[in-house]
Amino acid sequence: MKLHEYQARDLLAGFGVPVTGGGVATTPAEVFRIAKEINGPVVVKAQVHVGGRGKAGGVKLTQTAVEAEDAATRILGMDIKGLTVEKVLVAEAITYQKEIYLSAILDRGTKRVVMIASAEGGVEIEEVARTNPEAIIKLPAHPQLGLLDYQARELAFQIGLTDGKQARQFAQIAMAVYRAFVETDASLVEINPLVIRDDGRLQALDSKILLDDSALFRHPNLAEMRDSADEPEAEQRARAADITFIKLDGDIGCMVNGAGLAMATMDVIKLYGGEPANFLDIGGGANKDKVKAALQIILSDPTVKAVLFNIFGGITRVDEVARGIIAALEEVHTDVPMIARLVGTNEEAGRALLAESSLIPATTLAEGAQKAVEAAAHGPDNWRCVTIKQAVSCAARCA
Amino acid sequence: MSILVNRETKLVVQGITGREGEFHTRQMIAYGTNVVAGVTPGKGGQKVIDEQVPVFNTVREAVEQVGANTSIIYVPPAFAPDAIREAAAAGIALIVCITEGIPALDMVSTFDFVQDYGARLVGPNCPGLLTPGEAKVGIIPGNIAIPGPVGVVSKSGTLTYEVIDALTRIGIGQSTCVGIGGDPIIGTNFIDVLDLFQQDPQTEAIVMIGEIGGTAEQEAAAFIKANVTKPVVGFIAGQTAPPGKRMGHAGAIISGGEGTAQEKIAAMEAAGAKMAPQPNDIAPMMKDVMGI
Repeated sequence: MKLHEYQARDLLAGFGVPVTGGGVATTPAEVFRIAKEINGPVVVKAQVHVGGRGKAGGVKLTQTAVEAEDAATRILGMDIKGLTVEKVLVAEAITYQKEIYLSAILDRGTKRVVMIASAEGGVEIEEVARTNPEAIIKLPAHPQLGLLDYQARELAFQIGLTDGKQARQFAQIAMAVYRAFVETDASLVEINPLVIRDDGRLQALDSKILLDDSALFRHPNLAEMRDSADEPEAEQRARAADITFIKLDGDIGCMVNGAGLAMATMDVIKLYGGEPANFLDIGGGANKDKVKAALQIILSDPTVKAVLFNIFGGITRVDEVARGIIAALEEVHTDVPMIARLVGTNEEAGRALLAESSLIPATTLAEGAQKAVEAAAHGPDNWRCVTIKQAVSCAARCA
Repeated sequence: MSILVNRETKLVVQGITGREGEFHTRQMIAYGTNVVAGVTPGKGGQKVIDEQVPVFNTVREAVEQVGANTSIIYVPPAFAPDAIREAAAAGIALIVCITEGIPALDMVSTFDFVQDYGARLVGPNCPGLLTPGEAKVGIIPGNIAIPGPVGVVSKSGTLTYEVIDALTRIGIGQSTCVGIGGDPIIGTNFIDVLDLFQQDPQTEAIVMIGEIGGTAEQEAAAFIKANVTKPVVGFIAGQTAPPGKRMGHAGAIISGGEGTAQEKIAAMEAAGAKMAPQPNDIAPMMKDVMGI
């Protein structure tokens, strides 16, 4: 789960990281009030979960409260990569000498929490990582004891902070970032840039926190910070039903058990010239209700022209999946062609249940994908005879 | 021969009285796995699964009294890290954790703890292991596999079943199938399993199934190049996934330049592996590289 910049800022402030003053607003009038309080230049920043806000015009430096209000009028309601800006952060604008980088991540390779720091922070950090990887310092925290004080100091000296006071402040901030990471069960806590102000003190200008969804059960206060405005309705419904669903740009809806198989299904659809409309994983051992919910979510997308079920039953029972499909189709009437590749546990029972339906059977993933691609291309009117010979029910209709 | 699980496996099931634990214990026993004990704290002294399996309060008792050497864990995510630690401290050599949804950070200290005791952890969030005809430790359907010369190692579950099934259908059996899991922190990675397959005399060729996200496949490719002389056929799922979208497995996330399918496929090919364009191609390609 992604937090907004203002949420990350407030959390980090709670761990003792120096952050910029200001507040979050949903109307230009509020922006004016916050800017007036700050009584100096402010930055108005769109709070949306996409990169490149600045380039899209979602970040503006203003000199007066009137200018800030004016900028907010333009930014609030703005569309940035498909997301509408509903909140802005009004932050005190400060001058500084230098931008540095600091983060904590969960590193798969070392199986540790790794602190990352660089003397060259700012928007070019990814460029630095590519062209000058030695400038990026990585330091794994101890797996049982956590980040130790000497490690935090080491990090400060390694990025060239030679002034004792400044190094000490950096080490304190690094410890705070590590504590924030552990106490929120994050997968990323990043301050970029962390700036050295004209007076030599360090301050976080922008920050980012990603939380581990698997740990939200023990952080109800953090789970509440989820901004559903940034999540499409279908994805919210899927999350409520414990289904992993991601909307994509194509027209072939997919329902699959298992993330790897779901990705492979999308790959094979594409290989045969089609475009998946979604990624959907019903997980292991899904019951009828979950399958029903999943199919309803797929069919709620008007761009879907065909649906492919690819189920390899292990813990998931094929007859249960068939019951879910039938239950969904009893409520949603659709002429979208559907291809069912259902194999594994209880497949005979499942097939028997679906024998009366108009679902097009397939035995392999490749065959199912090919049929789905053809069906999507031909549309609902004549798909039955175009795609398969087995489905004789349409012979009269398309003769 | 085989790797990690076989007829010598003496399995203890942690969480045997739970719904999942009981269901899969029945399946494992039906397959012929030697399930010697179950553990559920507070239920010690009972006999479950048609009075066949003794339940103990602790893993230590299961080790001392019935000689358990391998553990499988079906306990809920909030308690699974502790169950893993308990198994390691009790002297279990191989710990397989099926549990999905363990907070990733818990696995940092848990993995380190397991290493201190010299135990091997497979998973979490994995389908476990299957040595056809000998032992099933996990949830891989036993009926789709037959004994034979191909080692299978994979990050995913159902996609692996797909491949095992296809191999079996054309008559190519498997030495051992290992699902390593797709979580950010896992106990056993591709390299560990490739190394075991390389040393296993029964294994003549290897199927490796990866996913987008992370760099485990690139590291495996480097290992293959340097150490694996047996033929490898591979597949990477997520070739068409859009960058920055998390697809189910925590492993399946790509953003920036790290962990795309294209990079992984290129690395594997450079290491001499034959990469399948789609899962259906894996079995025929294996037949081809083995010259059968």
